[in-house]
Amino acid sequence: MSEQLTREKAQALIEEVLEVYPEKAKKDRAKHLMVNDKTITQSKKCITSNRKSLPGVMTQRGCAYAGSKGVVWGPIKDIIDISHGPVGCGAYSRGGRRNYFAGTSGVDAFCDINFTSDFQEKDIVFGGDKKLAKLIDELEMLFPLSRGISVQSECPVGLIGDDIEAVSKKKAAEIGKTVVPVRCEGFRGVSQSLGHHIANDAVRDWILSARDEQPFEQTPYDVAILGDYNIGGDAWASRILLEEMGLRVVAQWSGDGTLTEMENTPKVKLNLLHCYRSMNYIARHMEEKYGIPWLEYNFFGPTKIAESLREIASHFDATIQEGAERVIARYKPAMDAVIAKYRARLEGKKVMLYVGGLRPRHTVGAYEDLGMEVIGAGYEFAHNDDYDRTMKDMKDATLIYDDVTGYEFEEFVRQLKPDLIGSGIKEKYAFHKMAVPFRQLHSWDYSGPYHGFDGFAIFARDMDMTINNPCWNLFRPPWQKDTAEADLKAA
Amino acid sequence: MAKLRQCAIYGKGGIGKSTTTQNLVAALAEAGKKVLIVGCDPKADSTRLILHSKAQTTVMHLAAEAGSVEDLELDDVLAVGYGGVKCVESGGPEPGVGCAGRGVITAINFLEEEGAYEEDLDFVFYDVLGDVVCGGFAMPIRENKAQEIYIVCSGEMMAMYAANNIAKGIVKYANSGGVRLAGLICNSRKTDREDELIMALAAKLGTQMIHFVPRDNVVQHAEIRRMTVIEYDPKAGQADEYRTLAQKVIDNKLFVIPTPLEMEELEDILMEFGIMDVEDESVVGKAKEVA
Repeated sequence: MSEQLTREKAQALIEEVLEVYPEKAKKDRAKHLMVNDKTITQSKKCITSNRKSLPGVMTQRGCAYAGSKGVVWGPIKDIIDISHGPVGCGAYSRGGRRNYFAGTSGVDAFCDINFTSDFQEKDIVFGGDKKLAKLIDELEMLFPLSRGISVQSECPVGLIGDDIEAVSKKKAAEIGKTVVPVRCEGFRGVSQSLGHHIANDAVRDWILSARDEQPFEQTPYDVAILGDYNIGGDAWASRILLEEMGLRVVAQWSGDGTLTEMENTPKVKLNLLHCYRSMNYIARHMEEKYGIPWLEYNFFGPTKIAESLREIASHFDATIQEGAERVIARYKPAMDAVIAKYRARLEGKKVMLYVGGLRPRHTVGAYEDLGMEVIGAGYEFAHNDDYDRTMKDMKDATLIYDDVTGYEFEEFVRQLKPDLIGSGIKEKYAFHKMAVPFRQLHSWDYSGPYHGFDGFAIFARDMDMTINNPCWNLFRPPWQKDTAEADLKAA
Repeated sequence: MAKLRQCAIYGKGGIGKSTTTQNLVAALAEAGKKVLIVGCDPKADSTRLILHSKAQTTVMHLAAEAGSVEDLELDDVLAVGYGGVKCVESGGPEPGVGCAGRGVITAINFLEEEGAYEEDLDFVFYDVLGDVVCGGFAMPIRENKAQEIYIVCSGEMMAMYAANNIAKGIVKYANSGGVRLAGLICNSRKTDREDELIMALAAKLGTQMIHFVPRDNVVQHAEIRRMTVIEYDPKAGQADEYRTLAQKVIDNKLFVIPTPLEMEELEDILMEFGIMDVEDESVVGKAKEVA
């Protein structure tokens, strides 16, 4: 274990890493890197985010289409999402996010099928509206049990100015289902973040108020889960806790969610927001329009889960508050056993994270439950309100990096020598080659769920089997063992 | 066979590009030249006077019907009209949908790949939509396409503005490719001192007024019959004007990288010729006084 990072050392490291850049790039990137200072409460004083990435650097960001189709809309199971444009965007984004659903694919669930209008030259020149209309007719014939359709615009649709709104309105009337045009052309904005916003706005404008006047049997304990995409079953592991404490989960947004659930959400008493970044927009809208309060919670690791359950319960009566205590008590032995089993093997291990929406801060508590320490965290597409929250959750003198470049991240890792990196598939193999244990924290590396008490057991097991895997010592043949460390440094 | 000369005609919308191009091409054909016209305008009216048709079936429409442009043969899109002039229209969407610029790119790439220019030709004329609104409409002046640009203009202020803007576009591509400005064709609107004005503009741009085409109703009479003047009334004075223009184009050696004017210089010329009042800022933005 390397020595404790001080603020001075961390700042010196940032400056050293920035040294290779040309002056202009150095100036720009310096604004995106910071050493955490718990005395500062507003991140805008020390970090810049949600800005255009520099040309020439390796950035891991996605696009607006990825944020809309891939994140927000994709997991809604009974809606067909059309990737409107050339075939690649849909084909290469299909099934990568592991948002699980219960249903029969192609009958009442459509998450794992790629629907695309497959634009050809003629569709660009003459416009794709007619093709879109035909496609919707065909979908209606082939998949009559779908509850609706969303039209996810790829770049060319925005360039040629197709009127997908008009087509959507016309077709919605014809087939008697919800058809939502989503203007999430990939070139819009600086990252997938704008796609989340656009997707939220489309839900607001085309879905949310559909059942406003319709009767709904309410209970005082109705809540909705927002911003849980059921990756590896996360939302399921979360939902059972809420239900066990006596709440009724009316809707899951959007992992394993349905159109009807979303339409019923304006009737709930409290919105529970897990991924703040991708769904705060709709939570705020429901607060404004329907007066529904919303609450951010964190279901990673027993400490944060217990905190969150109690905070959620504090919005309800004694029944629910007792329920929360009951749930916490019930799972405590199991959680103690998990910690007893793994903590000794993970104690003191250092972690660096670079992920998306909420994980760079939300998983900190889970690592700490296992005796581990997060020494660096960063986001691909966060805004400053995310960093406000992150600075609270991270220890003093830790590194925080926004839209980190491939080079910067590798340099930080070389110098800080973490025992584990949690990041995405594009980073994974670079760090594997550096013989650094790595977990893919976007889709849980084919594992999960990680949310909830059940998820924590899997999380702990996965971190242990990654860090304590014997493979990391086998990267060098025996005759090079002595020089391995030196080489790594020189590389 | 002499080297193929590829020419593009640009100019403000409605200035008479298509009419001038087709009359010029007809005169070239009469002089024994083999010519191909490529219409680069979704309206597809660049070949109607040569073909006597309302609108030729276009590359893009045929491609849409067949499935893709790869399914087409050159013979499907080429039509032959007056004097053996070959005609192609790139085509494109109706106004308000799709991307006409991409249609031009697709069609020109298709012609090139199918060897439309490899045949025994002396001239190719690209007749391009009024304004270079996007990359697609600049396609004909990119590398290995048109080498000579003729700008059709008149003594009207906006036509001259447009000519100057087109010259700016040419400069951009002249530096990366071989495209050159070959001259201004003045299609007379009978404005005051029109020939002198266009000659002055041409001089400023570093080029020439290659010909002054007077206004004559016979053009209109021919047009109603979907014919060029050359074909409709070969003895008309106007036909001779187009023949002169054709000969000047054949003999043209003055190909330049233009020197576009700053807005102030352009206004100076207009003042010099009395189109704008000298130093009278008081008229700017003022409506006509009602008596």
